[in-house]
Amino acid sequence: MSSRLESTAHPEHLKRVVIEPVTRVEGHGKVTLLLDAENRIRQARLHIVEFRGFEKFIQGRPYWELPVLVQRLCGICPVSHHLAAAKATDQLVGVDQLTPTAEKMRRLMHYGQIFQSHALHFFHLSSPDLLFGFDDAVPHRNIVGVIQDYPEIAKQGVLMRKYGQEVIQATSGKRVHGTGAIPGGFNKPLSEAERDHLLADVDQMIAWGESAVQLMKKIFMQNADYHYSFANVDANTLSMVQADGAFEIYHGGLRAKDPDGNGLFDHQDYRDYEHLLHEEVKPWSYMKFPFIAELGPERGWYRVGPLARVNNCDRFDTPLAEQERQDFVAAGEGRPLQAALATHWARLIELLYCAEAIKELLHDPDLLGGELRQRGDMHEKGIGVLEAPRGTLFHHYEIDEDGLVRKANLIVSTTNNNQVMNESIRQVATTYLDGRELTEPLLNQIEVAIRAYDPCLSCATHAVGKMPLEIELLDTEGQVVDRIRKRASGEIEGLSC
Amino acid sequence: MKDGLAPILIFGYGNPSRGDDALGPKLIERLEQRKARGALSDLDLLTDFQLQVEHALDLQGRERVIFVDAGISFEGPFRLTPAHPAEDSSYTTHAMSPSAVLRVLELMTGAQPPPCELLAIRGYGFALGAPLSDRAAKNLDLAERFLLQAFRVSSNLDQVVETTER
Repeated sequence: MSSRLESTAHPEHLKRVVIEPVTRVEGHGKVTLLLDAENRIRQARLHIVEFRGFEKFIQGRPYWELPVLVQRLCGICPVSHHLAAAKATDQLVGVDQLTPTAEKMRRLMHYGQIFQSHALHFFHLSSPDLLFGFDDAVPHRNIVGVIQDYPEIAKQGVLMRKYGQEVIQATSGKRVHGTGAIPGGFNKPLSEAERDHLLADVDQMIAWGESAVQLMKKIFMQNADYHYSFANVDANTLSMVQADGAFEIYHGGLRAKDPDGNGLFDHQDYRDYEHLLHEEVKPWSYMKFPFIAELGPERGWYRVGPLARVNNCDRFDTPLAEQERQDFVAAGEGRPLQAALATHWARLIELLYCAEAIKELLHDPDLLGGELRQRGDMHEKGIGVLEAPRGTLFHHYEIDEDGLVRKANLIVSTTNNNQVMNESIRQVATTYLDGRELTEPLLNQIEVAIRAYDPCLSCATHAVGKMPLEIELLDTEGQVVDRIRKRASGEIEGLSC
Repeated sequence: MKDGLAPILIFGYGNPSRGDDALGPKLIERLEQRKARGALSDLDLLTDFQLQVEHALDLQGRERVIFVDAGISFEGPFRLTPAHPAEDSSYTTHAMSPSAVLRVLELMTGAQPPPCELLAIRGYGFALGAPLSDRAAKNLDLAERFLLQAFRVSSNLDQVVETTER
């Protein structure tokens, strides 16, 4: 199933185009294209260059620090790391079942995180492409353009993002660096004042979530042929589901399907992930390439995230999201939707689900009190898995007799999607760029395909003075013959390749 | 505090576990300790990993806002510069600049944003898991002293901004 464009036989004779950094993704990603004399694409690769040092960062630290410590791996989804680590430490302290209050507080926090992350992704990072077109003028194709042209949509996006942050603050005590989840439980219930504050706006969030799904559905269907085919890559899918097959993002079994929707495995205990999934190392990438062990590296790579989750589940537990899922499934005409841009549609169905689930939880009296923590016998190994905004997230820890981490293995969502992201850019490169003079709008299509996965490169580092976007064209001797640059203003200069 | 306006906000951002990227949150941590002892009661303090679009709402109706970040593109221990609404390439990332956040506020509300400054403290290393470097720690001391002095001398900082720009 993997593409012939991963490696070419004689790269030394080809022109090289580099898109670095890829914009509107977190951290640092780079795309390289090799073109022959007729501008035919001979090789296309997405390089993720920031994923190093996680394990070293964690090793030697006491296990009880993990839920707080790992938040700092990522400035975009710290809550996902917090909760995945907490689930792993539950096992370290011998707790198989949380108290109802603890589990529901964690779920509320998680739904708030997915809600705010999806709102940021769609409204801030992707709606400019979708509302204005991939070839819209660069200075206009951003959130400011959306605020100017669609102020109500932009306002909803900002306020939905803020609402999700408020859910996180209410559950963790702080907007960032909070300590809600602890090994074996949670450190506080929700107060009545916090519940009432969140309840006051939740119906508005559901209504806006529903509007967002309708907007995306309309955008997708208005140019259906193009959206069905753009970055359409047949991939296996992996996600968590409930015991009855319903949509699940906090705790459940693993389900994998093939590109036609046939089951590969189901309800697998995620603590067996090392047997289910293997990882391949490729010399040209720092990031590993996971695959379903039974299928091998050539056929076993898979997609995680909203598109995989909505394709994989049998139903949603909440009425509005389930109604939207049925429309989504119908659009596939009997086959799982594989188009990268359908990910945005799936993402917003999930956003709607989270708003509905938050409301349901806020009416649950268990949130307001009860036992918060369980205790058990210590174990040396803990594996926590959940569905983060961008897909399945694995945290695996082993500790020594002093409670210090001696082994840590993290497989983050972007790693799970490594191969399918690469296949997506190859599909776009061969379909839209092959044999043509390269322009910014054409190159932006590569970025649009990547952004559909919302790869999070775990940077969270920033400082005044950043690297701009540069694309270099090299001749067959490796000499730079042309260079284009995206200036701080967003303006492109020097494009002639 | 000026009538009808929310308190001055000092907003330090960065990742506390990425070496000198912690400078912004560290300064807020120090100011929070002073607040806990009863000082700086007329200031609001806020910290986050990075600036995002919803932070525009935190700036609304403020008397003044001071962003605090790690910086690398200048000499000296720290630099205070005015921040004005502007459209830059940070709109296309998960982390926005102060000017971009101010521009979002301006567009969303139609009102003029509050006066803002960026206090950039010189950092040197940003590796995951690295502690604050010794040189950055000294710069943090100087920046904190400067900020406290600024509030004693001039509550609106205008005079201080002018001085540091020379």
